[in-house]
Amino acid sequence: MMQSPTKYLAHKGWHQTAVIAIIGGIYVFGSWALDFNNLNGLIAVPKAFAWLGINFKPTANSMTYLPRIWQKLIQTVLLAISSTVVAAFVAIFVALLGSKVTGVNAFVQTIVRGIASFFRNIPLVAWSMILLFAFKQSDFTGFLALLLMSVGYLIRAFMEIIEDEASETMLALKATGASYFQVIFQAVLPQILPSILSWILYMIENNVRDATLVGILTGTGIGFIFDIYYKSFRFDAAGMTVLAIIIVVIALETISNQIRRVIL
Amino acid sequence: MINSEEKIIQKPKNPRSPQIKLHEKSLSRTMIFVVFISLVLITGYTLTHLDTAGVKVNVAFRELAMTLNQMFLQPNAGTDGVPLLLQALASSVMLSILTTIIGAVFGFLFAVLASKNLTNAYLGAGIRVVMAIVRAIPTIIWALIFSIVCGLGSTAAILGLSFHSIAYLTKAYSESIEGIDKSTIESLKVTGAKFWVIVFQAIWPTIVASFVSWTFIRLEINFANAIAVGAAAGAGGIGYQLFVVSGMSFDFHETGFIVYLVILVTFVLEFIAVKIRQFYLNR
Amino acid sequence: MLEVKNLQKSYEKDRPALTDISFDIKPGTFVAIIGPSGAGKTTILRSLNQLIKDDDGQILLDGDDIRTANKTQLRKFRRQIGMVFQNYNLVERLTVIENVLHGRLGYKSTLAGVFGRYTQEEKEEAMSLLKKVGLENFALKRCSELSGGQKQRVGIARSLIQHPKVILCDEPIASLDPASAQNVMELLKDLTEEYNLICIANLHQINMAKKYADQIIGIRKGKLVFDESSDLLSEDILRTLYDQDITEELE
Repeated sequence: MMQSPTKYLAHKGWHQTAVIAIIGGIYVFGSWALDFNNLNGLIAVPKAFAWLGINFKPTANSMTYLPRIWQKLIQTVLLAISSTVVAAFVAIFVALLGSKVTGVNAFVQTIVRGIASFFRNIPLVAWSMILLFAFKQSDFTGFLALLLMSVGYLIRAFMEIIEDEASETMLALKATGASYFQVIFQAVLPQILPSILSWILYMIENNVRDATLVGILTGTGIGFIFDIYYKSFRFDAAGMTVLAIIIVVIALETISNQIRRVIL
Repeated sequence: MINSEEKIIQKPKNPRSPQIKLHEKSLSRTMIFVVFISLVLITGYTLTHLDTAGVKVNVAFRELAMTLNQMFLQPNAGTDGVPLLLQALASSVMLSILTTIIGAVFGFLFAVLASKNLTNAYLGAGIRVVMAIVRAIPTIIWALIFSIVCGLGSTAAILGLSFHSIAYLTKAYSESIEGIDKSTIESLKVTGAKFWVIVFQAIWPTIVASFVSWTFIRLEINFANAIAVGAAAGAGGIGYQLFVVSGMSFDFHETGFIVYLVILVTFVLEFIAVKIRQFYLNR
Repeated sequence: MLEVKNLQKSYEKDRPALTDISFDIKPGTFVAIIGPSGAGKTTILRSLNQLIKDDDGQILLDGDDIRTANKTQLRKFRRQIGMVFQNYNLVERLTVIENVLHGRLGYKSTLAGVFGRYTQEEKEEAMSLLKKVGLENFALKRCSELSGGQKQRVGIARSLIQHPKVILCDEPIASLDPASAQNVMELLKDLTEEYNLICIANLHQINMAKKYADQIIGIRKGKLVFDESSDLLSEDILRTLYDQDITEELE
């Protein structure tokens, strides 16, 4: 469709205005529907920080909580790592079966995509609650909830990595007469390994954060202990917990970034 | 072994010499190996020391299978009824859209101020550090903190979700901005254009596709978070319903129904995201 | 001797990509396939090692039909047919010599290939081939550190270590600068003579085809319109091939 330049610019301006108007409209409608008072919300932010400054400030007393917080936090990180690693192990096989490049056939590819999407989109809350019902309040419950969630994410991520990075080399090795497994181990895996590792590291960071939610719901790890302190108004201890989470998450992020810088 | 310490990278090998190496020790290879081994060892340790609270695993799995059967094969709207659930669903969707809009607007402003190729180093570094801290605190904890000040309800949920969204999107957008070619910015700078003119005439059009991509990724995350906050912070919406039926009344038929509703919404969101992304990429 | 007889292929019904393509190539011949984009050059090339399955016809390598081969036989055919790609298709993260050795995978048991166990002779041959293509000092470099021309020479070494009868080159110089392109073409030409190979290259550059090829095959809309010695390529033929005058291309 050919347009004159002035017409095109006018059209573009009109288009931008329309998009802004629509988004603004949604925002106003949303605020009304959720009964959200923007002004009060805005005022609440400094108020919240003032409150945090006073109540979350760790006192001399709160240092006594530190060993327990630390122990729970380590436990949470271990759970996040192990659930991610197990999920990655499952996901790499499924992704190889389901990717367009290395996959078995169109039928299997569709099935794999469907399953990955399904697992990814079941809310973490639902996983936590039904696992809690069957496995009771234990670390294993937290582990399974994180595992099931991660599997869906990693399958999709790995499939995209395989399709983006390995299709050309796959073709070249096929042309030399190499067999399927030779191609997978000699071309596909060496090529995608760094990206896979990078995703695993990202998923671990993410799982530490998600573990807090799972912990609050299922009574495990750092989320559980925060919930206890919070509900019993021991805010100095809750503040200590948040501080510990911040330190660990940022440390993990920094380590991951360093590793990525070396391997990518 | 003759000549075994001879480096073949220096000299071409004569065909008789033994032991041709296929690769040298490289930091990258070693790092990958070390990281993988450590991860596997940590996993092995954790799994063998996992506390299962005395639950018989095979019994539990059978129970889980029964629950899943009730959920996915026999879903129904339960005692709450379809209208109430749809209303709760709508309010969760609205919550995620609203907080994504807030996150996108503030996130873009902060991203511009935090990008290394646009602003002075100190301001940028300061914003990045603050955002890293905000991001490190899980959404659910933000929501709980705000709910002390504003009371339980949507205001706390909106503020909690918005905080994490802003921090997340600031990082994502500023990475896109930092990927812009220097010449694009310079070519407008030499015309004497003001800072915000450059931002909206050169930077915005360049990153709009990735802006849209990231915003929709965040929308999907926010929908998941809206459910989580509803459940764990009592902020209402479909998440709260989900929490009540699965953790208090143990009606797994209704749990299944809610899960299907949620999956449906995520599919729709994904579909819309793909369409809008295509629209912006093709322009 | 490579004989192609009545090759047919269509991706969609009633829209043939190749119709009735037949040609013979003797060992020691460097062949260029030319023709406009979308004429079917890549389809022909990839049919020859069955990366694309064609619909009908015969492809005989020394009298044996590749098209009717089963899976195991096809792997044996493929290892006699090297392939060189426009985008090199190397495993960028592995070293040069590892990529060259990939050409041996077709000869190995699955397990040996999976774990990348190569014999001393194979490694020595890889080194001597690297010397031949002028990369002996790069054996332990990662492929991602090489220039385009160097990568393409690794690709050529990878195909040579297969001990091929045929080398297929899919736009081998389309991503290279003129100097590297010249080098790669000369290398291919020399290797064809030295090893008595059949080397078939898809080319866009008519002057390159005319300069280096012994035999030229011209394809237009999936039909063979020219198959002669390269001296016989005339302006008239080019005009029918490309539907326009491209005399300046012929120097």
